[in-house]
Amino acid sequence: MSNEPQNQAPNLYASREPIFPRRVSGQFRNLKWILMAFTLGVYYLTPWIRWDRGASMPDQAVLVDLASRRFYFFWIEIWPHEFYFIAGLLIMAGLGLFLFTSALGRVWCGYACPQTVWTDLFILVERWVEGDRNARLRLHRQKKLDLRKIRLRITKWVLWLLIGVATGGAWVFYFTDAPTLLADLLAFQASPVAYTTIAILTLTTFVFGGFMREQICIYACPWPRIQAAMMDEETLTVGYREWRGEPRGKHRKSEDADQLGDCIDCMACVNVCPMGIDIRDGQQLACITCALCIDACDDVMAKIGKPRGLIDYLALSDETRERTGQAPRPIWRHVFRLRTMIYTALWSAVGIALVVALFVRQDIEVTVAPVRNPTFVTLSDGTIRNTYEVRLRNKNSRDSVFNISVRGDVSYYIELEGSPYQSIDVPADSTYLQRVYVLAPKGSAPAENDVTDLRIWVEDLSSGERAYKDTVFNGKANK
Amino acid sequence: MSVKDKKDQNNQVPTTGHSWDGIEEFDNPMPRWWLWTFYACIVWAIGYSIAYPAWPLISKATPGLLGFSTRAEVAKDIAEVEQSLAQINATLANAELTEISADPELLGYAKNKGAAVFRTWCAQCHGSGAAGVQANGYPNLLDNDWLWGGTMEDIHLTITHGIRNTSDEDARFSEMPSFGEILEKEEISQVANYVMSLTGDPQDVTQVAAGETVFLDNCAACHADDGTGDRYQGAPNLTDAIWLYGDGYDNIVAQVTKARNGVMPNWNTRLDEAEIRAVSTYVHSLGGGE
Repeated sequence: MSNEPQNQAPNLYASREPIFPRRVSGQFRNLKWILMAFTLGVYYLTPWIRWDRGASMPDQAVLVDLASRRFYFFWIEIWPHEFYFIAGLLIMAGLGLFLFTSALGRVWCGYACPQTVWTDLFILVERWVEGDRNARLRLHRQKKLDLRKIRLRITKWVLWLLIGVATGGAWVFYFTDAPTLLADLLAFQASPVAYTTIAILTLTTFVFGGFMREQICIYACPWPRIQAAMMDEETLTVGYREWRGEPRGKHRKSEDADQLGDCIDCMACVNVCPMGIDIRDGQQLACITCALCIDACDDVMAKIGKPRGLIDYLALSDETRERTGQAPRPIWRHVFRLRTMIYTALWSAVGIALVVALFVRQDIEVTVAPVRNPTFVTLSDGTIRNTYEVRLRNKNSRDSVFNISVRGDVSYYIELEGSPYQSIDVPADSTYLQRVYVLAPKGSAPAENDVTDLRIWVEDLSSGERAYKDTVFNGKANK
Repeated sequence: MSVKDKKDQNNQVPTTGHSWDGIEEFDNPMPRWWLWTFYACIVWAIGYSIAYPAWPLISKATPGLLGFSTRAEVAKDIAEVEQSLAQINATLANAELTEISADPELLGYAKNKGAAVFRTWCAQCHGSGAAGVQANGYPNLLDNDWLWGGTMEDIHLTITHGIRNTSDEDARFSEMPSFGEILEKEEISQVANYVMSLTGDPQDVTQVAAGETVFLDNCAACHADDGTGDRYQGAPNLTDAIWLYGDGYDNIVAQVTKARNGVMPNWNTRLDEAEIRAVSTYVHSLGGGE
């Protein structure tokens, strides 16, 4: 660190240092391959899963139908007024992120974040086309733009663009019937919104995965700034056992090899890092804890006959123990602690509440909005009439006949606007607004009193399911 | 993890000189491409201010090369909506009045359109909830009592030509005389008590019999012998629970003495046929339609 910073004019801007991560293999790399295949598979394939819901309903398992304001998830159908399910899922996602971060540090960043997964995929493509780290470095340093360099660059960019198109393409399939849209897209008959969305997501995927990479994490993403508050000394995160590795040095060349630590300063951990950092500097904002340096170092340790884990998942509390020669505490002691249990309890509570809400919700619903302008109308024979806007929701996939009735006072009787009957047809999967008149004859208690209770019952005659809403009847007293 | 002998790039990065609880702040340089995005924004802003309205002049801003105007956009949007509704408006304007309710799509459209027309043109007198204003004699349109009839045809006729206006020859016209110049105060009191007796309790029972004679001589021509009124003349039914200018002795005496006759404009010059049919449908659907 500079001792006299005020005398030194700092550079205001710095160019990006290109990063050429070397290929690595090991248990964490394998885990990342599996997670990459899983997350990308879920993302690309989900819109193609079919789910039969009957003739008049879409048969796409996961569908966000913005035009009809419906969200379908396999057997669950969410209406706009049930958006609390989505809010609940978002709260669960937030609490889950807290839980995982407090227990395992930035595992989201390292394994599951789309930026990480797609960058990993792009680096994989880059390696296929241009070769591993050294070949890519040579290509980068080669000033002359010969045919080979042009060919390699163009091949790589075309492949990246194809991934980008597939990524943007998959996104739009979530919002309308996927096979239909694909046919329309190929025939250039799809909506301009679809093409625009695909174009924007293609561009962002291409630029973020191909060129921006670690800069998104460092400069654009707020999560690295927030996550520090989620972590404590028990959090397992990727670290360097400096007390074991230092002083570092090349063993064979050093005369006093006995004095040196386990780190042979081979730079393997730095060369594989997609963020271009040195984990031996300690925890840092740029580290996404992808654990590739662990694999790289374990490989080297095996070669030089030292135990694995010079770079490893470890907690700050273990550092103090290990420095005094004690063994690190078992992983479960780090993971199971009050903080993670509270997060788990909160997460489960929201989850259970959502599941309960999902199972108790009805296939029919009714809301009642009393018309208050005016509160009541006097008819020619002195009858007092109140009007209610009754909204009927038929969430069944078949048309239903809804019967409307009223309870609260024996003198009440009911009339439906535009119908001589007390029943109305409500089409499948739709909302129906019906003006309902409740009348109380002249001289009856509700007509003469100020306010009388009223319950409007709705029964689905097809299924016998019933729902009600309580409201009030306004009489002419005090008016 | 603390590392004492750092060899990384951090060694070259100066700190800001600030220190909080021993934590110092690196003065890291910004990425170069941020600077380029800043320059790109400036270039964009220049291009934008040329292409779009931007620079304020004395009376208005520079119009911009693309000729964009939010006002024109709104006008275009409105024109598009009107274009898209032209078909159903034509259907509505030519539909049989009694058959609008048979077509659910047309009925739904007519009610919604009618509600908008009502709130724009009718609510000033009849109120946004169509309950009227009794103190001014603006009729309540929600109840089942109609001065000039409550069928679709009647409502349509009333809205088209209005009532007692001088701007439409076809406007229906009737006029209740001010009986203050014709009858004695005593007679007016008697007839008021008789009218009250038709629906309930008069203020003075002893005047009812005399009032009936006055009524039959002076009022029955329009309000009918039994007081049930006459829709052809817009003469209100006096035997029901609904009072145009209010019930009770004082209100009745006031109206008989100095009659008020409400005026409604003809709407055929301001609304098109589709709008008139829509608002007729809407009023008919408020609970009193016949």
